[in-house]
Order: sequence, then structure tokens, then C-alpha cells
Amino acid sequence: MKILVCISHVPDTTSKINFNADQTAFDTAGVQYVINPNDEFGLTRALWLKEKQGATIHVVNVGGPETEPTLRKALAIGADEAIRVNQPATDGYSVAQALSAIVQEGQYDLVIAGRESIDYNGGMVPGMLAKICGYAFVNTCIGLEIEGSSVTAVREIDGGKENLKTTLPLVIGGQKGLVEESDLRIPNMRGIMQARTKPLHVKQTENINSMSQTLRYEKPAPKQAVTLVENAEQLINLLHNEAKVI
Amino acid sequence: MPILVYAESDQGIFKKSTQELISFARAMADQMNTEVIAAVTQDPSSADLGQYGAHKVLNLENTLLSTFNAELVADALSQVARATGATTVIVSSSANSRYMAPLLAVSLEAGYVPNVIGLPETYTPITVAHNVFTNKATAFTTLQSGISILGLSKNAYGVHQYETNAEITPHEVTLTSSSVEITSLDKASNKVMIADAEVVVSAGRGLKGPENWGMIEELAEVMGAATACSKPVSDLGWRPHSEHVGQTGKPVASNLYIAIGISGAIQHLAGINSSKVKVVINTDPDAPFFKAADYGIVGDAFEIVPDLIQKLREFKAQNA
Ligand SMILES: Cc1cc2nc3c(=O)[nH]c(=O)nc-3n(C[C@H](O)[C@H](O)[C@H](O)COP(=O)(O)OP(=O)(O)OC[C@H]3O[C@@H](n4cnc5c(N)ncnc54)[C@H](O)[C@@H]3O)c2cc1C
Ligand SMILES: Nc1ncnc2c1ncn2[C@@H]1O[C@H](COP(=O)(O)O)[C@@H](O)[C@H]1O
Repeated sequence: MKILVCISHVPDTTSKINFNADQTAFDTAGVQYVINPNDEFGLTRALWLKEKQGATIHVVNVGGPETEPTLRKALAIGADEAIRVNQPATDGYSVAQALSAIVQEGQYDLVIAGRESIDYNGGMVPGMLAKICGYAFVNTCIGLEIEGSSVTAVREIDGGKENLKTTLPLVIGGQKGLVEESDLRIPNMRGIMQARTKPLHVKQTENINSMSQTLRYEKPAPKQAVTLVENAEQLINLLHNEAKVI
Repeated sequence: MPILVYAESDQGIFKKSTQELISFARAMADQMNTEVIAAVTQDPSSADLGQYGAHKVLNLENTLLSTFNAELVADALSQVARATGATTVIVSSSANSRYMAPLLAVSLEAGYVPNVIGLPETYTPITVAHNVFTNKATAFTTLQSGISILGLSKNAYGVHQYETNAEITPHEVTLTSSSVEITSLDKASNKVMIADAEVVVSAGRGLKGPENWGMIEELAEVMGAATACSKPVSDLGWRPHSEHVGQTGKPVASNLYIAIGISGAIQHLAGINSSKVKVVINTDPDAPFFKAADYGIVGDAFEIVPDLIQKLREFKAQNA
């Protein structure tokens, strides 16, 4: 089985979000980048599949050279090869198009992406990718079992879950539940050493177009100070008469 | 060029988010001098979508649409968009719509912007404000495509009343079976869902252990609220993962969010920030949540929550 794990390179969850002077681009100064948390769950699930039933795992990112340390980290965790599509990730559509070229060239059976990336929160790349490639698609995937080309999957829905049956080739939008937090792997010394010599291919794609363009960013206005109250009665009174939410 | 709304329903009832979607579409349509077409898949005849602003309701008649399947709904909506000439499609932020919309975007070669928080600031081309960085910032994005799909954030616009007589017509779509088959559904029917809830009662590690959640559930029940929790609480197995809210969990955009024994870490706040009114109950006056909250009580949850339950019951009895 050939598995492709899509890795989004995102600011660490503790990052302060700032923009450049004219508010047109994210200010990367002092920001630490990590593997998108949803993708880390997916990568771990891929490693389990490899260990249990054999698979090759490639990881891919669409972005500039600055994302390579993130791909190397995925190699250190256990992926076999990495691919970087040398193209700025302008919008979800263009990223999905670029990824589809990789998927078609590599003939992957299973593509694991994340439910959403925590930076631009598009939640659109996996579905678009599946549709472009003609692969089956399961989003918010919290359970995945594969036998031959038959797949059973569990999808989180609002207020519950849904059990699904489908077949490879498949794209999933994964999240916590595919594996648990405690199952995540931290690269060890040996993994880090090996990652240095694992292949990291840089590819170019053609005929990519964006569907949208972000013009500017704004940060929320500073919040008013909290109103402290002494007891439940005062709170109910304010929620009813002032905030009008009960 | 009409505006098409995917009018989701749950067991024959239109959700409040659907009503909001239609009102939002109507305000856009009035600006664009066009009409709002609502596409419904399960014919919930109970509500009249005209009262929220729809001009036409198309009832998509196909038994394959009787349960939600993202591929089939996307296929059906793309046929409706083509048949009606719609150049704008409005969808919600439900798990189902988020699953479906990217598929529809590819079918229609449309641009898609999720987490939209208000009416467009320009209409030709469409430029909208939407939340990014898990609500830590807003982006203004222009769509460069022939067709635009907007995913509206919950509670971002509100429900508005209109007196439109929406005409309901059956509309046929041709569907083949999907590559994904739903074998069973596991859904708590009596619980308020975080995604739909007006009020969310959330608790954190300050509650000390799962045995103390009785009062949280009771409070939620009195308020008609959904229950939620911080990430460590679900990682520890005190509560199910489905209750984990925050940057890496579920987003919350309720009218009222009550955080009990939650410190207010940046990752937690990111996910709940778009809730309108936030209340914190915490023993530590320096807990970061007090900087994010509108109302706060510095105190012990084990004393305050039971009192709050009792006072709310009295309040409800008086205001019934
Ligand atoms: C990559 C990453 C992603 C993350 N994503 C999320 C996320 O999506 N959601 C999330 O919630 N967290 C997330 N976190 C975790 C986050 O950083 C915090 O660790 C977590 O939110 C803390 O949970 P807590 O507030 O329940 O616990 P604590 O930080 O332990 O806070 C407990 C609070 O309870 C108060 N308290 C104690 N006793 C009482 C009492 N009797 N009455 C009232 N108050 C009391 C304390 O004063 C304290 O403020 C993430 C972390 C990382 C690294
Ligand atoms: N630039 C990118 N390179 C590779 N994968 C990506 C990229 N952007 C998004 N993805 C994948 O798509 C998922 C959803 O991202 P998004 O649609 O941006 O919210 C992520 O979790 C990744 O798995």
C-alpha cells in the first residue's frame, strides 16, 4: 500500500498572531513552525498501518524551502520519503491542484490529510483533492481500518458519529481519534539521523490557478475588561438584563 | 443570478443556522437585485423558509438524498446551481456542510471561503471577511471565480424576519450511487450538540475528576446547554473527545459560553473566542481566562455551581 500524508506547516499553537505593517501578510518573525496537529495524528495512523500490514509512507507539503524542517521532522518520526512542491500555498484550491499532480503521479492508495490546518482553517484541501483525483473521501475521520482495498471508517458528526464503508483509493481529512494524543511519537536520535539521508524531492507543478486572494488582515479589537461579580444571583441578573443571553 | 442556499434540516426540522443562512442570503440578494433559492433535501414542510427571506424553495426529490451523503449532496447542489444559474452558494459551518462544500467547489470550479462573519464588503467581485488563525484574526478575501461559495460562521449574522411567500417546487436531480456508504449512525438524540447550542457549559481540570461532572451536566440541563471540556480533560478520559473544544478541538460560537475551572490557555481561548458572551468561574484571579471573559466570578466551582443551578431554577420559575 502506498500512503501519502499531506503535511501543513503551521505556526505553533502558542504563537502570537501579527501581521506586517500594511496588514497584508502574516508576520513570521519569532514564530515557531510545527506539523499541523491534525496531520500529526494522521502520520501516526499511517505508521501503524505500515507496521501492521506493510506500506510505504510519503509526506508532502506545498510551500517554499522554509517548510523543509517540518518535512524532515516527519521523516524523523518515520515517513520514508518527502516531497515538497515548490509553490507558495496561496489558497486551498491551488494547494489541492498541486497535491493532485503528486497523487496522480505517485498512484497512492491512501491519502491522509488533516480536517483543517490551524492557520487559515480552510478545511478544504482534502475534499478538493479527493474530488479532483476522483478518490473517495471521508472527512473528520476518527477511525480507519483497511483490509485489501476495503475500508471501514468512522466520521465524527455534530452530536455523534457515523460508520462508513468505502474502498481505496481514498482521501481522509483526519483528526484526533485516528490515534490518541498519547500515541503521538517524538523523533528519537536515530530517527533524526536517518531523516538526514532520506530522500526529500523538490517538484514543480504547472497550470495552477487560485480561486481567491486575501487582500488584508485585521486583528480583533482589544477586549473590554471583565466585569467581576460576587455570586450567582448577580451573574444571572447581568446575563439577563445586560448581556440578554438568558 | 440567484443565490442558492443549502437549507439543512435535522429530522424534518430546519436548524436555526439554516434560518440564519437564508436571512444572510436575502440581505445579499437585496444588494444584488436577485432572489434567494433554498434547496431542501428532506422536505421538512413544517417551516416556511419565506419568513426568513427565501423567494423559492426547491425540494430535491431523490431517495438517495434521504440520509446525508456529502458526495451526493454536492452532486445534487451542483446540478441545481447549473440549472438555476446561481453564481453564489451559501452553506453553513456544520460538519456536514464543511464535508460537502469542498466537493461542490471543485464540481462548480467555484472559490470557497469558510468562516465568513458578515455581509460582503464588495459584491463585484465578492470580498468577504472571515475568521482565520482560529479566530485570532480576520482576513478579507476576494473571490476570483465565476461562482462563489460562502460558508457562514454560526451566529455571525443572526436570523431576520421577512414576509416573503416562498413558492415550493419539486426539483429533480439525477444521482448515481456514492463511493462512500453509511452503514450506521451513532447519535445521542436527547443531547444538545455543541455545534447547535446557544449556551455551552464547559469545565476543565479544575473540577478534579470525572466524578464531579454531575453538577456540570445539571447546570447544562437547566440552561438547555451543551456540555464541553478542555483538552486535558478529554485526554485524561474524564469526558469524551467529542466534548473537547479549542484550537485543536471543536470550535464554539454560542451566545453564551461558561467556563468552569478552565485556566484559559491560548489554545483553548482560540476555539471559543467567537462566542458572544463568555463567563469564567475560577479560584485563581490571575487565570488568563479573566482577560478573555465578559463576566467572571473568582471562587470555588464546588460552591458556586450548585448555587448557580438553584438560582437559575428560581429565575426560570419566575420568568416562565
Ligand atoms: C498543540 C496544543 C494544542 C492544544 N489545543 C487545545 C485545545 O484545543 N483546547 C484546550 O482546551 N486546550 C488545548 N491545549 C492545552 C492547553 O495548552 C492547556 O493545557 C489546557 O487548555 C488547560 O486545561 P484546563 O484549563 O482544563 O486545565 P488547567 O490549566 O490545569 O487549569 C485548571 C484551572 O482550574 C482552576 N481551578 C482549580 N480548582 C478550582 C475550583 N475548585 N473551582 C474553580 N476553578 C478551579 C485553576 O485555577 C486553573 O485555572 C493544547 C495544547 C497544545 C500544546
Ligand atoms: N500547503 C500544504 N501542503 C500540504 N498539505 C496541505 C497544505 N495545506 C493544507 N494541507 C492539507 O490539508 C489539510 C487541511 O488544510 P486546510 O484545507 O488548509 O484547512 C491539512 O491538515 C493538510 O493535511
